[in-house]
Amino acid sequence: MKLSELTAHELLDLLKAKKETADSIFSSVKNVIDATEAKINAYAHISDKPIQSKNSSQKFQIPIAIKDNICIKDYPTTCSSHILKDFKPPYNATVVDKLLNSGALITGHANMDEFAFGSSTETSFFGPTKNPWNLNCVPGGSSGGSAAAVGAHEAIWALGSDTGGSIRQPASFCGVVGLKPTYGRVSRYGLIAFASSLDQIGPLTKDVEDSALLLNLIAGHDKLDSTSANIPVPDYTKSLTGDIKNLKIGIPKEYFIEGIDPEIKESILQAIEVLKKQGACFEEISLPHTEYAVATYYILATAEASSNLSRFDGVQYGLRCHPKDKRRTSLIDMYEETRHQGFGQEAKRRIMLGTYSLSSGYYDAYYLRAQKVRTLIKNDFNEAFKEFDAILTPTSPTTAFKIGEKASDPLSMYLSDIYTISANLAGIPALSLPCGFSKEGLPIGLQIMAKPFDEEMIFKIAHSYEQNTEWHKKKVAL
Amino acid sequence: MIKKDDVQYISHLSRIYIDDSEAETLAKNLEDILSYIEKLKMLDVKDVKPTSHVLPLKNVFREDALKESLGQENAIKIAVESEKGFFKVPQVIE
Repeated sequence: MKLSELTAHELLDLLKAKKETADSIFSSVKNVIDATEAKINAYAHISDKPIQSKNSSQKFQIPIAIKDNICIKDYPTTCSSHILKDFKPPYNATVVDKLLNSGALITGHANMDEFAFGSSTETSFFGPTKNPWNLNCVPGGSSGGSAAAVGAHEAIWALGSDTGGSIRQPASFCGVVGLKPTYGRVSRYGLIAFASSLDQIGPLTKDVEDSALLLNLIAGHDKLDSTSANIPVPDYTKSLTGDIKNLKIGIPKEYFIEGIDPEIKESILQAIEVLKKQGACFEEISLPHTEYAVATYYILATAEASSNLSRFDGVQYGLRCHPKDKRRTSLIDMYEETRHQGFGQEAKRRIMLGTYSLSSGYYDAYYLRAQKVRTLIKNDFNEAFKEFDAILTPTSPTTAFKIGEKASDPLSMYLSDIYTISANLAGIPALSLPCGFSKEGLPIGLQIMAKPFDEEMIFKIAHSYEQNTEWHKKKVAL
Repeated sequence: MIKKDDVQYISHLSRIYIDDSEAETLAKNLEDILSYIEKLKMLDVKDVKPTSHVLPLKNVFREDALKESLGQENAIKIAVESEKGFFKVPQVIE
């Protein structure tokens, strides 16, 4: 097997035993990038040499792809948007600093939906990323580049960001493991903000052990992000014990209603059987406000986005455009033309929807109401976690859809996040891991959620499932 | 019902220039999304407190002390247009 096809923990064993060098691992990944990138388009920016720190501990010299909305000092960081064309940040995101200090070899910036607005990576200024399992399908989104890079062995592991499912849904579509940590677990400093009360950075990896390892490297309090939690970080690899006896896992009935692909439902039911054999107990539960999650999210997330994206105005960095019309010469005309040319359709749609719901006369009816429904959704989970250790659901109602299939119907695209959005609204951790393949050969994902700051519970259950199945060993043939 | 005029008004609030053909598509998109969002009105939320943030956040204070920062030179390096260490914008005063 090629080095690029191994997991990070397998490679770390080889490095420790001095059987391989960091250089040979990086070249192996680089060869895959050179051979397959033209087909996949997983990257927005590829670095010829690894981006690394000279003063690192050299403990984790593993090639990693970083989503294009996480700042790397003096390296193009563009949110896959025209408006940030050529932008090179003068500082590193905290997660990038942490990774570089640990020895990481950064391969480049992974492609994404523009400003993370999307579920298919089709809205990128750099063109769509393709799903490694079927090049006619989307990889999911918005961290589609990160998921496809890991799935296609163009990186050993990757970082993404998740605002409404943007790590988990692409992980599910690309057959990899994706974790959205608890809100506040990982510093957001240097993550270009989409919706600040929902965004969280997290790992995309080939298996659960790698997910735990990578979370170890990036988690923790950061003075530069006052919303990062000052709660000790455990060694997450210690939770991979295999012991899930008598754990109580809830199955929310609202996640199995019409619209779910029967093959996905079947895979989830089989996964439940696997976990039952390991001693976990299952019970049907109700999260009664589930059907309001997507509507709530698209008010709150777009409102926050409309505010966050006001900084892209052509003044300090990025693109600046002047109108052709000689009568439009004011500062505001420059703002409006820069944003007209700089933002794609979906970004415009979301900024305008958010602006509308925050505008005078509509605030109470939309924004405030959505904040109240958010409380109800959060309370549903609080209630459930009083009695249950975890909640298990599908990650997405369908497998990867065809490129172009939903591009002209924004609402149907939004509904593809129906199972992932609630975790962001409630701030809880959630992970997607492979649990089967459709008849057409597309990966299916299983989602495990737990209470805030209990990533260990998720890892424990996910690892036990993985140890008793073979899905994560199936490799893509390109 | 979202009309083209509404879209032009919101686009101005958003500081995004929108041409006529874009306005038409956007009016339809926003109308579709907002009618889906109408479902939130079915819930009684009179006595529910709004959640703006999931964590019990408190204000975070720090010492008012000098420390190293980015510096003007580095900050201006990424400017689209600059002059004498300042960001330059179109003239705003007649």
